[in-house]
Order: sequence, then C-alpha cells, then structure tokens
Amino acid sequence: MVKENAPGGHDATLRLTLRVWRQRRGQPGAFEEHTLAAVPTSASFLEMMDLLNEQLVRAGKEPFAFDHDCREGICGMCSMTINGMPHGPLPGVTTCQLHMRNFRDGETITVEPWRARAFPVLRDLAVDRSGFDKVIQAGGFISVRTGSAPEANTLPVPKPVADAAMDAAECIGCGACVASCKNGSAMLFVGAKVTHLNLLPQGAPEADRRAVAMVRAMDDAGFGNCTNYGECQAHCPKGITLDVIARLNRDYLGARLRGFFASTGKPRRGGD
Amino acid sequence: MIPDAKIPAGPLAQKWQSHKTRLRLVNPANRRRYHVIVVGSGLAGSAAAASLGELGYEVSCFCYQDSPRRAHSIAAQGGINAAKNYQGDGDSVRRLFLDTIKGGDYRAREANVHRLAELSTAIIDQCVAQGVPFAREYGGHLANRSFGGAQVSRTFYARGQTGQQLLLGAYSALSRQIGAGAVRMYPRHEMLDLVLVGGHAKGIVTRNLATGEVRSWAADCVVLCTGGYGNVFYLSTNAQGCNVTATHRAHRRGALFANPCYTQIHPTCIPVHGEDQSKLTLMSESLRNDGRVWVPRDAADCGKDPSSIPEPDRDYFLERKYPSYGNLAPRDIASRAAKEVCDDGRGVGPAVGGRRLGVYLDFASSISRLGEGVIRERYGNLFDMYGNITGENAYRRPMRIYPAVHYTMGGLWVDYNLQSNIPGLFVGGEANFSDHGANRLGASALMQGLADGYFVLPSTVADYLAGVGLAGRPSGEGAEYRQAVAETNDRVARLLAVRGKETARSYHKRLGRIVWEACGMARSREGLTKAIADIRALRDDFWRNVSVPGDGADLTPELERAGRVADFLEFGELMCRDALVREESCGGHFRTEHQDDGEARRDDARFAHVAAWEWRGEGAEPVRHAEPLVYEDVQFTTRSYK
Ligand SMILES: Cc1cc2nc3c(=O)[nH]c(=O)nc-3n(C[C@H](O)[C@H](O)[C@H](O)COP(=O)(O)OP(=O)(O)OC[C@H]3O[C@@H](n4cnc5c(N)ncnc54)[C@H](O)[C@@H]3O)c2cc1C
Ligand code: SF4
Ligand code: FES
Repeated sequence: MVKENAPGGHDATLRLTLRVWRQRRGQPGAFEEHTLAAVPTSASFLEMMDLLNEQLVRAGKEPFAFDHDCREGICGMCSMTINGMPHGPLPGVTTCQLHMRNFRDGETITVEPWRARAFPVLRDLAVDRSGFDKVIQAGGFISVRTGSAPEANTLPVPKPVADAAMDAAECIGCGACVASCKNGSAMLFVGAKVTHLNLLPQGAPEADRRAVAMVRAMDDAGFGNCTNYGECQAHCPKGITLDVIARLNRDYLGARLRGFFASTGKPRRGGD
Repeated sequence: MIPDAKIPAGPLAQKWQSHKTRLRLVNPANRRRYHVIVVGSGLAGSAAAASLGELGYEVSCFCYQDSPRRAHSIAAQGGINAAKNYQGDGDSVRRLFLDTIKGGDYRAREANVHRLAELSTAIIDQCVAQGVPFAREYGGHLANRSFGGAQVSRTFYARGQTGQQLLLGAYSALSRQIGAGAVRMYPRHEMLDLVLVGGHAKGIVTRNLATGEVRSWAADCVVLCTGGYGNVFYLSTNAQGCNVTATHRAHRRGALFANPCYTQIHPTCIPVHGEDQSKLTLMSESLRNDGRVWVPRDAADCGKDPSSIPEPDRDYFLERKYPSYGNLAPRDIASRAAKEVCDDGRGVGPAVGGRRLGVYLDFASSISRLGEGVIRERYGNLFDMYGNITGENAYRRPMRIYPAVHYTMGGLWVDYNLQSNIPGLFVGGEANFSDHGANRLGASALMQGLADGYFVLPSTVADYLAGVGLAGRPSGEGAEYRQAVAETNDRVARLLAVRGKETARSYHKRLGRIVWEACGMARSREGLTKAIADIRALRDDFWRNVSVPGDGADLTPELERAGRVADFLEFGELMCRDALVREESCGGHFRTEHQDDGEARRDDARFAHVAAWEWRGEGAEPVRHAEPLVYEDVQFTTRSYK
C-alpha cells in the first residue's frame, strides 16, 4: 500500500545513508557510501538520486549514471535494485514512481543495477537491455503492411479477449522480472508479448511462428530457463502474472508439435 | 524570403489525393540504394522508419533512449482522434477538420489540417491490424469517448495508456523491419548536428551515449522526428531527455523555426510540490469528463478540508464562465481560468514559495451517480498514479490540479510535403509546426505523429529521392562531414573544459523559471523584454561556470544534460522573441495587452501568418519571415466556448 501523507507532511525531510554501486564497463564494481542530509519526503526516488548527484557534481566528483526518462512509470527505462528488490519495496510501482515518504529517517538504502547475465552493466546503475529488443525483432509483431489494413470494425474482438490482451500489453519492458529471477529468465516479458498478440484474432496467423521464434531469440540473448520461482510476478511493476508464462509454454509446445507433424506430412498450421 | 509552402491547387477535400498521384515514385529495384536517416523513434519516427524500410529503402533510425520503445510518445494517456463516426453522432472528416482549425485559433494551414483529418481513419485501421488493444464495447466493436472539448465521441483509447499501445504497435512494425535487416537501429545515440552538402541535408553527426564516440553518417536525406521542446520550461510533463537539440542544431544550419512561442499549457497536471521536483505529471484530460473543477469562493476557505466547504461556497468557475462547454473547455482556456483564480488568491493545496497553486478536480458527484467501480474502471491507473505521487486518495478527496507545460505547437518550418526549407530535410510529429496552429486539441498529437509517419513522409520522401536521383551522391568522406564532426567534438570539449561550480540542472531550473514567468500562460512586452536579457546573462554565466565532471568517454548523463541545457539557453531566447513580436493573443499565446476582459483578442489583420525564424549566428538578431495563412474554405471567426 502507498503510504498516505500525514496532514502537513509535505515538508518533512529524511537523513539518509546511501550505498550505491559504482562500476565502469568491463571492470569490477563496488559500493560507495554517501549521506544526504535533507531529502524531502515528497521527492521521488530518482529525485533523491538527483540530489545525490548534484551534491557530487558541486564537489567536482562524478555523479552516478542511471537510466530513466518518463519518470511516470510508463517508459520502462528506470531500473534500480533497491535494498535487494528490483524497483524497491512497493508492489506495482516502478523506481521512478517510488516516493521517499516510504522510507524512514536515518535509514541506509542500498542501490544496485539490475543483476542478470543478459543485462551487462554499462556504467554504475545502467545496464544493457538490448536482448529484449532482439526478442521482439524475432517475432513480437503482427505482419501488416502500412496502408493495407482492412476497416477496423470489420473484425470484432470480444471485449473479454481485448481486455485480456490489454492486460498483457501493459508490460513496459523494464526487465525487473529478469533481474528478480535467480535464473535471469525473461519468460514473463516474452510471455506477456506472446499472450498479447496470440490472444487477438489479428495475431492468429503467425501465432505458432511467433512463439517459437521468440523463445529461440530469448535463449540466444542469454536469458536463463524458467524454473517457476515466481519472483518475476512479485516484482513486476505492471501486474503481469504467471498466466502469461503458462500461455507461452502452451503456445510454444503446440507450435513445436504442429511443426513436427508438418515435417512428417500431416496438416500444418503456421509452423516455424 | 519564406519558401513556398507548396499547397496543391484544387478543392480542399481533393488536394491530398490529387497531390499523391503527382508525387514521383522510386523504382523498387533502386530503393535499396537510397539511404534514409530517421532521427527519433516515437510515433512519427517509428512509423516513418518502419514504412520506409518496408518499401525497400535502406533506413537508419536513431534514438537517445536504450530502446526505441521508450520514446516519449509512450506517455500519452488520453487517446487518439479519428473521424470514423462509429458512434453515429454526426462526426465526419469535415467536422474534425473544422474543429482542429478552430481549436488552433485559425493559425494552422487549412490544407495540412484537412489532410490530417482525412488520414485519421486509416490510422485506426492500421493500428488495429497491428494488434493495438483499443477499448471495445461488448459487441466487440471499438469504443470511443469524447475528449478535450469535442462535441462528438471520436477518441479511441486503450485504458489510460493509449500512447504506450500505439507506440508499441509502431515499435513492433519497426522491430519487424529491423529483424528483416531493412532498418538499422541505433539506440543511445544523440544527434548533435546536421550535415549539409551543396545546400541539401545529407547526413547527421551523433554521439554514442554509451561510448562517447562522435561520428558522422551520410544519407540521401534526413527525417527528423525528435519531438517537442517543452523542457525549455524545465518543469513539464515531458520525459527528462526531451530536448530541442536536434531541431535547434538544424535551425543553426539554416532550417527555419516556426512559431516557437506557441506552447501548450495543459490544465490537468499534478501541482508542483517542492523545489527539488524534476518533472510534472499529467492527469489525463479525460478526467474532466467526470470531474468538476472548483475552488472556494472565499480565499479564507482555501486552507480548509474541501469536504467541509458547502456547495454554495464553491466556485465551479469553468461551468460558470463557459456554460456550454463547462469543464470540457479547451486547454488554453481552462488553464488560464485556473491561473486567474489562483492569482486571485483562491488556489488550494500546500503553499509552495508562499502561493497555493492548485484547483480541485472533484469526482464526488460522478462517484455518487455512477459508483466508484465505474470511476475505477475508467481512471483506475490515473488515480493510482496520483496516490503514489501525492500520497492522497482521490476517491475520497478531490484531486488537486494545476496547469503545466505539455506540448509545443511550434517547430521546424515545413512545407506541405513536410520538407523544411533545407532540401532533403524532412520533419514529422511534434518536431514540426504544421497542423495545430496556436493550440492543439486533445488526442490530436498522436494522430498527427502517425499520419506523418505512416502516410505522408513515405510518399513525400520518395518524391524528393526520385527528384535528386542516384548520381553524384555524397560518400560521407567529404569535408562537410569532417568539419561537422570537428565542431561537435569542439563543443563537447568546451563543455568539459569549463570546470565551474554550478550544475547544468541549476541553470536549467533558472531558465525554466524565467520562461515560465514571462512566456507561460500570460505574456507581456515588459516581461518578455526582461526575459530576453535575463536569458542572455544566464547563458553567459553557464559557459563560465557550469561543471561537467568526467572525460565524456563513456556513459556521461551530466554531459548530455549540459549539452541540452546549452541549446535550451539559445532557444529560449528565440521563443521569447517570437512571443514579443506577436502582438495579439491566440490559442496558447496570451498577451496581456491584447485581451477583452480576460478573453483573448486575435489580430487577423496583422498576424494571420506563420512566423518562421532564420538563424543569423550566435549573438546576432534572428530574422523573422512571415508565411501568410490563406484560407480558401473556412472563414476566420472568433473562438467562443461560452
Ligand atoms: C504526458 C503526455 C500525455 C500526452 N497525451 C496525449 C494524448 O492523450 N493524445 C495525444 O494525441 N497526444 C498526447 N500527448 C502528446 C503526444 O504524446 C506527443 O506529441 C507525441 O507522442 C510526440 O510524438 P513524436 O513521435 O513526435 O515524438 P516523441 O515520441 O517525443 O519521440 C521523439 C524521439 O526522438 C528521439 N530524439 C529526440 N531528440 C533526439 C536527439 N537529439 N538525437 C536522437 N534522438 C532524439 C527520442 O529518442 C525519441 O525516440 C501527450 C504528451 C505527454 C507529454
Ligand atoms: S513483465 Fe513486468 S517486470 Fe517484466 S519487463 Fe514487463 S513490466 Fe517489466
Ligand atoms: S522513468 Fe519511465 S518508467 Fe521509470
């Protein structure tokens, strides 16, 4: 639950100790400790990091590099492991939407990058998540030429199906699922995209090919296997649930089976 | 002299179709030999890069984020307009066109706006085919809502995440072309200069943000889809990285910058809460469909718990002043009205800097009429976001909102083909100035970005390429490229060499304060004149006293920020100059000297034109050119939402 402001609590400040990860690409990293004397409780976590960086720059020191952009929980760029938890302690909240009123005065906060084999550290808290893009490039789309689409209402989609597709489509591609998984698996991310597209009638013609191609690309990009820990679901800021992994497994196995029968001369649907 | 806008002849409704048949085509066998650079991967850039790649051109696409999917289009909440008339409520291409022209306060080009309205329907078809999960009715057909002051329901939406879903659609199309090898994608690359060869745009200079490498890229033409410049105000609803650098650098190379003073202040944002705030968050305007805006009648009540203030002591000022549009009055009007009541001392919420800058957006009557469940279904994620940021529960107490900078109608000048005055330089999406005049209607930016990217640029870029042909193409080895790279390296080195005491962010904040006060919701000759002097002084100080630690040979966000702030410091002055010369009030541009009792007074006799500014060098006065707005079809009328 989000902590509500006490009346007049807008101006309260916290004194914090921060242990923040420092690393140059390809070199070993280490924690650095800093203190901040007065962090407003109304500030967001990233605004707190801004304060730290301003303090460092004024002292002529290098600030910490971290990824962020929209600061409203939708672009998926922010990516900090806070006290061991990707995106911090609040469920359903990205790093940028976490506010300092959820921390205590005098607290020590540990800030690390995403930790996963497939996400190498670029610098400090910023990692390379291009593996996600490669998975989408392999099959996370519906092939339709610009300008060739039929009139939109010619293909009605039942509301429950559209709603379920939308649930899965809410994934912001942040990678918290990978960072929270002991195996560094991307199954929640891939499952969300496959579910979004394979549920819709528009996505059906390529459903088999999509599932197989995306799983293959996921393996190639160095993501680990899924052994059903379920940590991904717990840390996903957008409420993507394990159902999407079940769906992905079903679509993938079905596609392989159909592909196998196709190769033995049985009727073929889609295929890989 | 301003170049020709190249508006096609013929009746308004047929201009685009007949123009399209006249545009030249490139032989499919030759397309692969043309290299097109697209800078930006938002709706406009992704759509353009994907479509051009699919047609067979060799395309390179650049963005500054770590993935094209993160472009700021992702943050759009409310929806996208299209003249489908699915609701049978009397909508049509003609009506969408008229609404957009009127909404823009008669400062947009007729022909461009009509084309936009025509293309709107094909956008929805395209997106649905891509799998964009728009809201649907129980019958399975697409749902619509009314939005931003429109009197018909023509807005398509995907929960409160329309921009995200549209961008993921465009990103998937782009990814498909990347996977197929038709588009090469360069994320974490920032464009820092444009390269001209023989007066044509033939390449760009980028800095690889992960490695610090500065290099040039040669191409047959360049398409900029780099978004808006709202961050000149420091606090805005834009993402942190949104910048004017790409367009300003092109401007410095000769591209005209049109109407920079037309900026949009959005009425429904979460109010500023403190000094260390880095951004403002929009609460979708769709909330105004079910929320009522009010402040206490009596300033003495402003500190009280809102639920303790009885109905007769509340001032529902939008309903009072604009009875026919009420809470749905257009953005510029609703924003100014909120500013007025706060300037009158009747703002609510905690005081920041000694002033209460906020008004209530109250859902109590909708909740009692429709039930909390319906409101949760419609706006659940927005209420959650509000709760996260403010620590307040908007189901139980009214939201507090205040206007914030949101969108920029100004941008690089383009002709009907979206080509700038520099041949070979095309500009799409929020980065150009073309379709929204002095004020943009809600749910029309997404429409414009996708219309430009999917349907206009692919045709007009082909026409340019067919015209210049394959002979005598630049190799990328020429002196122009080396020179541009050297200049960029030099500028980076200068930023690193200042070694002053102040952070780039602190300059950005100060610039923001200057332009917000002088060039925000109300502008005056006196304020703007002073702002121009203040910005110049701040700019000088920046180059003497900014601190950028490090060597720049790596991911160095502080260097990126400093470069963007340096450009805002030049651009902010141009914006104020434009506002100063435009001695009228229109749309988002409100000059206090030109009003009738708080209502904007336009001056069509003197200002029915586009102002397009020419760069004349650092410290030199820019030159203002005027492109007259010739209306063949509609007539200028005074906007009234009373
Ligand atoms: C919070 C919010 C809500 C909105 N809601 C709505 C809505 O409901 N309906 C509506 O119609 N409109 C809405 N808008 C407006 C609309 O979202 C934008 O105008 C539109 O998405 C802009 O799209 P674009 O493609 O032009 O630019 P953007 O999406 O901003 O993309 C810019 C691209 O350019 C790249 N770029 C920028 N500078 C450089 C550089 N120097 N070098 C390299 N790459 C660069 C970026 O990486 C990015 O890929 C909203 C805007 C905001 C801020
Ligand atoms: S599934 Fe959730 S945690 Fe994983 S990338 Fe998507 S939004 Fe992030
Ligand atoms: S910065 Fe965009 S989701 Fe956090």
